[in-house]
Formats: sequence, structure tokens, C-alpha cells
Amino acid sequence: MTQQTTPALAVSANGLRKSYGDKTVLDGIDLDVAERTIFALLGPNGAGKTTTVQILSTLITADAGQLRVGGHDVARDPEAVRAATGVAGQYSAVDDLLTGEENLILIADLLHLGRSEGRRRAAELLERFDLSEAATKTAATYSGGMRRRLDLAMTLVGRPRIIFLDEPTAGLDPRSRRTMWQIVRELVADGATIFLTTQYLEEADRLADRIAVLDRGKLVADGTADELKRLVSGGHIRLRFADASALAAAARLLAGSARDDEALTLQLPSDGSVQSVRAVLARLDAQAIDVEELSIHTPDLDDVFLALTGTHDGENHKELIA
Amino acid sequence: MSAMAYAMTDSATMLRRNLRHALRYPSLTLAGLMMPIVILLLFVGVLGDTLGAGLHGAGGSDAGYVNYVAPGIILMTVASGCLATAVAVCVDMTGGIINRFRTMAISRASLLTGHVLGSMIQTLISTGVVIGVAVLLGFAPTAGPLEWLAAAGLLVLLAFALTWLAVLIGLVAKSAESASNTPLLIQFLPFVSSAFVPVDSMPAGVRWFAENQPFTPITETIRGLLLGTPVGSHAAIAAAWCVGVALISYFGARAVFNRARAS
Repeated sequence: MTQQTTPALAVSANGLRKSYGDKTVLDGIDLDVAERTIFALLGPNGAGKTTTVQILSTLITADAGQLRVGGHDVARDPEAVRAATGVAGQYSAVDDLLTGEENLILIADLLHLGRSEGRRRAAELLERFDLSEAATKTAATYSGGMRRRLDLAMTLVGRPRIIFLDEPTAGLDPRSRRTMWQIVRELVADGATIFLTTQYLEEADRLADRIAVLDRGKLVADGTADELKRLVSGGHIRLRFADASALAAAARLLAGSARDDEALTLQLPSDGSVQSVRAVLARLDAQAIDVEELSIHTPDLDDVFLALTGTHDGENHKELIA
Repeated sequence: MSAMAYAMTDSATMLRRNLRHALRYPSLTLAGLMMPIVILLLFVGVLGDTLGAGLHGAGGSDAGYVNYVAPGIILMTVASGCLATAVAVCVDMTGGIINRFRTMAISRASLLTGHVLGSMIQTLISTGVVIGVAVLLGFAPTAGPLEWLAAAGLLVLLAFALTWLAVLIGLVAKSAESASNTPLLIQFLPFVSSAFVPVDSMPAGVRWFAENQPFTPITETIRGLLLGTPVGSHAAIAAAWCVGVALISYFGARAVFNRARAS
């Protein structure tokens, strides 16, 4: 609880609730985001990620909850929150009829940066986001990746300390996605705090200092990527054999392994280290049991995500945690 | 800077944005300008002699049909500016950009103020052009400076009222298509007023409607100011209509705009 009194929290929410009619979208969310970190809100479609961002960025109001962003109470002082934050929504909020440069200058004007400073800042952002060549073309002619970069550039005109990114890489090709990740890392290196939502586990794993998993309006887990991975059962190695007799022999030898007669495979718990794999193979060699194929599985966030949100085969994965 | 000064700066920024849109994509504005000009040419050049003769018979002025119809066409120009405004507001509200504006520390009203100012500037320029075309076709106003000023005042008031109405339509519309349909009704309302033929030449039911809809008193007031025909109580009724529409539309638009939530 000492965290809540620390001034170093960029975003905090306590008991955040929101419902539309009788549909509860957010059912009591608590989260803390430390300054100068990347926080990822991970969840499937419809989990309430966008609603959370919209509430924290003052776009819509919460039904209940204590919310502070940048040291300001979201309900009582939304203007101060707006001044401290930048938001890039899921759908790029650019003016299609204006050029890239005009879009940036429009935002600079609305932030009252002054004419020369606004132009300087626009040129700087165009350069940084690799849009200088397209600066005088209207945004309507931009590709998806360019629009997203322009959108983010517009968000950054006022140098916000806290930046909300709602699915920043949704629909981007792999290269644009990598560019976006690089930009996000640079922003944090420059002192910003990033609150992003994503449904890509890889993205949360690669970028975020802390990850919260949101499912059907509730947080089902919260921690670092490693902490979350520890929530699901550890890794395993899988051995495939040529025939049933080899499988049976191996199963007798390796106690505690799970046997699949159909697939002729044996699965046994392992941390995936070279020593442990070598030890297993040595025991099989000693008995002259041939292994057709070996694979090593370390738990990734996919396991965590599926285990916690039970999106696909929920039953299986619930057993996994238990 | 004070909050008021910020609101004015932000409105000016939004106005620049809207004017830039209009200059870059002038088709809607030009369509709003061309329609009254085409109707003017049609009614004066093609139908003018017949309608003028009928007017004469019905006890209208014999100064030529162009003089009779020009005031109504001028009003039509003001009304046709609505379409572009409603569409522009709707495109803004249904696009992503509105959410950016809403999450920035800017004067919220400035978006609408920018639209209203931008539209009024375009409408008044169009109105000037249409008056010019009418004059070329023989429109000969007898108004002195004071009457011109009064007519201009009423036209500005009408433009203000209709622009806010268009903003309201744009805010309520779910798509640009529906935003462009509703203003057509306003655009065609002048046809069922004293703009083209005197109301006493109309069948009873239509006549009742024509007498009691806003474009008749506004047309009669402009006609009276520019051509010296009797104005009577029309001026007060015209002003009341404009103020009424402006107030209802302004407060309606404000309420819808503040209520509108991100979807």
C-alpha cells in the first residue's frame, strides 16, 4: 500500500467501474503504473481495454473508482489530466484533408506553442517519424503505417509526460510494428510513461515492464512478464518415438512423464536447460531407446494468456494452472 | 492568456482548418453556390417571361421577374450553405479526430465555433456572388446604404441561424449521407414561399403553409429593403424566426455536442 502514496505513480486506478446499461464493461479494476515505465494492458477483444484508456484519458467518465493520472484526479480535474497526457487511439485521429505537416501544426496551434516553435516541432517530428518526404501530401494518401506514425507524432507535439496508446500496432505489418516498438522504447528513454493496450502477447512481452491481463472487465493477473510466466506450469520437453515399444520402454524409464500413445510422444517436466535435456537423453541412450524427435517448450505469454482468460480451450488450461 | 483568449485563439485555429478544407476541397461549397445560380438562370432566363406576366396579372410588381425572384434566390444561397456545414460537422464527429480534440486541453466549443465561422464566411461570400449574378441579369435594387445594411444584417442573422441548425443536423446525423439529406429540405423550403410566386396565387393548403413558414417573411423583408415594396410586420416576424431557430439550434447543438461520447 505504500505505493499509493509514492508520487512516482503516473497512473493509478482503484475500483474502476463502468457499465453501459446492464452490461458491465469494467468490474472494479485496480492498477498502478510507475513513472518512466511501459505498462501493457493485455486482453482479448471486448475485454474492456479501450474503455479503460478512454476513461483514463478523460474521453468518457467512470461510474466509480479513484483515478489519478499525472498526479491529477481524473474526475475532478480533467483539464489538468488532458494537459499532461497524450492519447493515440485505435483509429488514427488525423485530419485526412490536411497534409502531414498541417496536421502537426494544427495540433501545435491548439497547444499554443507559437508559430515558429510549432513549425520547428512539426519539422522535428516529421523527421523523427520518417515522414519528411510525405510532409506536403494529404494524410488521406498515407499508408496504414504512415498514418499511425503521423497519429503518434500528433500525440507527441505537446511532449506529454504520460502517453496512452490503444493498440498501437493493430493492423500494422511486421516492419511497421518493429518501428513502433522502437519509438515506444525511445519515448520511455526520454522520460515518458507509456500505457498501452494490446492483444499481442509478444508485444507485451517485448515492451512492457509490467503487464496486466484484462478479461471480461476484470484483471486476472498483474506483474512482470516473468512473474506471469511463473503463473502457469513450468516448461517441458517432448520426445517422440518410432514405435509403441520404444515409447513404453521410455515411459517405464522416465517416471513422472505424460504419455500419448496416439502421437507416440512422452512429455516430461523440465526447465529446458541443456544439462537436464542431456541427462534425459543419456538415460535413454543407456537403454538403447531411440528418440525420433525432441522439442523443448518454455512457457510463453501465450500459455499465460490462454490459461488466464480461457479464450479457446479454457478447460485444458484451467487444469494447467491447478 | 485568459480562458476567453484561449477560446478565441482555438476558434481561430479551427476556423483556419475549416477554410483550408474548403479551399482544398471546394466541391461542396461550389455546389452550394452553383445551385442558386442555376435556379436563378432557369427562372429568369427560361421561365421569367411567363412568370413575370403572371405576376403582373396577379397584381405583382412589373419591374421584371428578376427583381421579384432575386431576394428569394439570395435566401436560397444562404440556405444551401447548410449542406456543406452539416456534412463537415458530421465527418468530424464520426471520424477519429474528434477524440483527439476531446483529449486535448483545448476549448471544447472551439470546434463548433470554427465550423460556424467558416461556414458563415463561405455563405456570405457565396451570397455576394449570387447578388452580383442577379445584378448582371438585370436585378436593380433601389435600396440606399441604410436599407442595404439592414438587409445584410438580416442575411447574416439568417446565415447564423441556419449554420447552427446545420451544425445540429451534422451532430445528430450518423453518417455523412444522412447529414447531407436533411439540409435539402431547408434548401427547398423557399420554393413553397413567396420567393418565386406570391402566396395568394397558391392553392389554399399550400398557401397557409407558405404564409406561415419562415422564408416568406424573410423574403418579403429582403424584398422590401432592397426594392422598396411594403415590409409591414414581416420584418419583426423574420427576425423572430431567425433568432428562434438560432437559439434552439445553438442550445441543441451544444447539448448534443457535450453529451456525445466516444463510441
